[in-house]
Amino acid sequence: MADFSKLILPDVPRLRELSVYEQHNGYQALRKALKMKPDEVIDEVKKSNLRGRGGACFPTGLKWSFMPKQSTKPKYLCANGDESEPGTFKDRQIFEYNPHMFIEGSIIAAYAMGIKTVYVYVRGEYAKWIQMLQKAVDDAYAKGYIGNNILDSGFSTDMVVHRGAGAYICGEESALMNSLEGDRGYPRIKPPFPAQVGVWGCPTTINNIETLANVPAILNIGWEAFSKIGAPKQPGTLLYGISGHVNKPGVFELPTGVLLSDLIYKHAGGVPGGKKIKAVIPGGSSTMWLRGEEIEGVHMDADALKVVGTSIGTAGVIVMDEDTDILKVLTRITHFYHHESCGQCTPCREGCGWMEKILQRFLAGEGTLKDIDLLLDVANNIEGNTICALGDAAAWPIQSFVRKFRDEFEKRAKKTPTEKKYVPPPHLVTLEA
Amino acid sequence: MFSEQNLKKIDELRKRYPTSKALVLPALWMAQQQFGWISPDTMKYVAGLLDLPVHHVYGVVTFYTMFNTKPVGKYHVQVCTNVSCMLRGGEELAEHVCSRLGVKLGENTADQKFTVTEVECLGSCGTAPMMQVNDDYFENLTNDKVDKLLSEFT
Repeated sequence: MADFSKLILPDVPRLRELSVYEQHNGYQALRKALKMKPDEVIDEVKKSNLRGRGGACFPTGLKWSFMPKQSTKPKYLCANGDESEPGTFKDRQIFEYNPHMFIEGSIIAAYAMGIKTVYVYVRGEYAKWIQMLQKAVDDAYAKGYIGNNILDSGFSTDMVVHRGAGAYICGEESALMNSLEGDRGYPRIKPPFPAQVGVWGCPTTINNIETLANVPAILNIGWEAFSKIGAPKQPGTLLYGISGHVNKPGVFELPTGVLLSDLIYKHAGGVPGGKKIKAVIPGGSSTMWLRGEEIEGVHMDADALKVVGTSIGTAGVIVMDEDTDILKVLTRITHFYHHESCGQCTPCREGCGWMEKILQRFLAGEGTLKDIDLLLDVANNIEGNTICALGDAAAWPIQSFVRKFRDEFEKRAKKTPTEKKYVPPPHLVTLEA
Repeated sequence: MFSEQNLKKIDELRKRYPTSKALVLPALWMAQQQFGWISPDTMKYVAGLLDLPVHHVYGVVTFYTMFNTKPVGKYHVQVCTNVSCMLRGGEELAEHVCSRLGVKLGENTADQKFTVTEVECLGSCGTAPMMQVNDDYFENLTNDKVDKLLSEFT
């Protein structure tokens, strides 16, 4: 991989400073974009085949093209920096090491869609990273990259950094809009979609931080070159976050579609103590689990992971070695979804609690074989029956776990009288013999 | 009730959002920074400032986990026990912090210096286990590092 050049997090010291960023081709893509027609910019992004990095993998250019060209209302761009999915810690690297690339991408996006205000919603816990981002935004304002009449193009747009306050659900785009409006972070029913009725009832596009950071790269190297990096259907690079039982956890920028085994063994230094892998969660806590023996030959991109029944999510890989009490891990994940359910939809609000209770029963040695089916039944009744995908996110780990690790439950299940091996009473033994 | 500086900030922010309701989170952050927690009186004040019903502000404060509805210690220690931290000893770390400070999760120390709570994933999975003290992250922790850290907070 030595010849592979990183797009988002190159090894340049102090790249977060505006002057250093400018020396490394910084804001050249914006200059280029401002000389193009907005539709040409959208077209370039469409042709690059960039897909959203927040988990849904929606084609970015297509999303942008949904925004109405003529609108009597203002239009908004919301950059989603709420990253709260357990196992995900990539946007934070962008704020810390290359914030201007994200800012540049956002301004280009705003220009392409005719947007006058960009709100960057960042999770409240990232106080330090919000400061870093704010500093970069202030510097960009001072240099005329944001604000009125950007680089004498006649185009103006503002950027506001908005601090969240601790709610996983606000990473869901419609909850994010409600939160930005000053409400509780309740997801909205779709349709209407944000491009028609978004924040404050106005046309809105919501993009992930990493997605927007990719935009200057596309304009700099051209859509053709970009679309040739990595997996053809989801080109570009990904910021893979790898955590759990590996020797060198961290974020690695690599082309889409790298081998999961390479990611674990070559880049993250393998499993401590040379232990075997029991399970892998490939894309953040909501994605379906893989058994250790399944990871061989699996590529890390949306389509390849779909084939093995899971998804790329936010590319947050969590590795568990052979000694892990994975049932306990599943319980912890379910506790998280129970805690973070916004409470709007009954299946999710109540169901997550029930799933956690059933799992706790197994941990206490009180679970029965029937409980496995009950657990699956609850999960199946949450999936698809809620306003937003948090319900699905809570159900998927459980469904995949039951499918792939049923033995873990069976080992710990309490044998109830009816499930004991049938032993005929003494007076029947002679008859049967 | 807000300091002059905060009132000025609120006026600045009004220009950046189309409605005053959108200022709820920024205003509550200012309140929490000024007072350490958000009391019912503070909620009433923020509601008045932004011309909102008090119940709306109450609803927002109680929805978001980072707003403290009870006074917390001078140092709010939040230990992550979510998956990635758990796999690298996050739960043991939480226990260690509690036993070292002589409290249970969610409690304040008698001198009101520390509050210890369990927290959900803070996006520090590659540097687990970790904890947050007020606004600062402390990562790649061991029991020894925690002991040293806690003794430095005065």
